[in-house]
Amino acid sequence: MSRLTLHDLCLSFGALKVTDHVSLAVEPGEIHAIIGPNGAGKTTLIAQLSGQLTPDSGRIELDGSDITHLSPPARVHRGLARSFQITSVLPGFSVLENVALAVQARSGSSFRFFGRVAEEQPLNDAARAVLDATDLGDRLHVLAGALSHGEHRRLELAIALATDPSVLLLDEPLAGIGGAEAERFVEQLRARKGQLTMVLIEHDMDAVFALADRVSVLVYGRIIATGTPDQIRSDPAVRAAYLGQEEAS
Amino acid sequence: MTAPRIHGRVVAALMLFAGFALLPLVAWLADDPFLVVIGARILAYGIAALALDLILGFGAMVSFGHAAYLGFGAYAVAILSRFGITDLGLHMAAAVVVSAGFALITGAISLRTRGVYFIMITLAFGQMVYFFFTSLSAFGGDDGTGLRQRSTLLGSSVLEHDLVFFYVTLAVLMALFWLAHRIVGSRFGRVLTGIRENPTRIEAIGFAPRRYQLTAFVISGCMTAIAGVLLANQAEFVSPAFISWHRSGELIFMVVLGGAGTLSGAIAGAVTMIVLEEWLEVFTEHWKLVFGIILVLMVLYSPRGITGIIERLMRGRS
Ligand SMILES: Nc1ncnc2c1ncn2[C@@H]1O[C@H](COP(=O)(O)OP(=O)(O)OP(=O)(O)O)[C@@H](O)[C@H]1O
Ligand SMILES: [Mg+2]
Repeated sequence: MSRLTLHDLCLSFGALKVTDHVSLAVEPGEIHAIIGPNGAGKTTLIAQLSGQLTPDSGRIELDGSDITHLSPPARVHRGLARSFQITSVLPGFSVLENVALAVQARSGSSFRFFGRVAEEQPLNDAARAVLDATDLGDRLHVLAGALSHGEHRRLELAIALATDPSVLLLDEPLAGIGGAEAERFVEQLRARKGQLTMVLIEHDMDAVFALADRVSVLVYGRIIATGTPDQIRSDPAVRAAYLGQEEAS
Repeated sequence: MTAPRIHGRVVAALMLFAGFALLPLVAWLADDPFLVVIGARILAYGIAALALDLILGFGAMVSFGHAAYLGFGAYAVAILSRFGITDLGLHMAAAVVVSAGFALITGAISLRTRGVYFIMITLAFGQMVYFFFTSLSAFGGDDGTGLRQRSTLLGSSVLEHDLVFFYVTLAVLMALFWLAHRIVGSRFGRVLTGIRENPTRIEAIGFAPRRYQLTAFVISGCMTAIAGVLLANQAEFVSPAFISWHRSGELIFMVVLGGAGTLSGAIAGAVTMIVLEEWLEVFTEHWKLVFGIILVLMVLYSPRGITGIIERLMRGRS
């Protein structure tokens, strides 16, 4: 059974079809990249998978059960986590607090009113482990609002990882970072390969071809091709619609 | 959120409490027993401001109808006393039960909205309560009614002594501060504060924000009701004036003046607001205008209120 299945999803904003009969099956353990030009509807698609938006029609299944109308928090409890293209952290919380809160979401009730959460070692330890793995281990007590852009992107990933997902939806995790920092980031994602299923939206083609098992190309809300990185690279329709454009620019 | 800042705020609250504890001594030295009377009023408002800060400062819910809970508290005293029930504990229990129910229902409805709509809808619910009590002719309608006596404590009428009443009110404020402080530092408090910081992110890590906001709203309403019980006793009088939207606005001012989201700031805001009010009233009948100017300056130059000013001074020194 596929881990995540999209059946004929459609969503329009007025006359604009942002998601146009999209069907896709993401297999357990694979990294499935979705590429496409600006405005193709990639972020909107992720928002439907994670529950911020509801499709007009079609169905989303996680491990065979229908999640199309579940709220975002309910989906997180089923093991679906997302990161945001535009960094979305808790700016007034420390780095450790940001991640510890994500751990808290999956460990016991949060309707506890008296115990000091800052002293809950299991939460802090789990958060530290994730932060060490994302190279933020030495920034634990810095306010999230005070981080650099690259650190923000890593915190964004750490928060999503801390919810312990089985499927991780990554919306341009590398946005705005490059060079050695980007390479390191790709390494960290590769290290998780096989342990969790990822849907990866990314403009950085080096990263996509380095990580993805399969790639789908989204243009004007429609999937025009799905295949291995090699198949996609040599697909004439894709070259015309997207890759050629990228090379030209 | 960082530890030293929170610690500093607890110290600030302890200093405020110590100051209050010494107030009767000052009143005695200055031979001005009225200070103790004003002191008790400040304490009761301090409780209400503290309660409002829990949702306004930590949950980003600007309730413009919180005076309704002062009203439930005040009228619990008047109504139960009329039927011969005079015990302070029972007055508080009744006020809390009614307020919890009202907060649960109106909160669930109000939380379907956000921002300015939330403010307006809580205002509307507050006004409903206001008009309900103005129509209660058995309790004086618009004019309100005097209390024949203050609530009793374990069957004794010790609260008739202003000094005893003052210290009992101080004890309640301290207990509720401790409670609010623990809530803010708990698992629940972290989720609530997270919702203030970024609700989308909180949903995306698996929390349904509304359940946490509603719970905080109910807790805040119940705490405010306790302030209402104490205020009625302090004034020995209840009237719909306790519930008017002006009063709700004053509570918001106290929180903002003191620095929202700090707890101790809310108490400092209540102190400042009532002291200024009493003081400016002596100088000019246009005190409300002067007060308005002070508030505008505060919001412009110290958005974090009195707490912000003090924190800046402390940092400057160290
Ligand atoms: N809430 C909305 N209402 C109306 N139009 C929207 C809304 N959100 C997105 N759009 C439009 O839908 C289209 C797809 O947007 P989307 O953000 O999904 O693109 P994207 O593929 O993620 O692009 P990018 O690569 O720039 O991130 C765009 O034309 C955008 O302007
Ligand atoms: Mg996008």
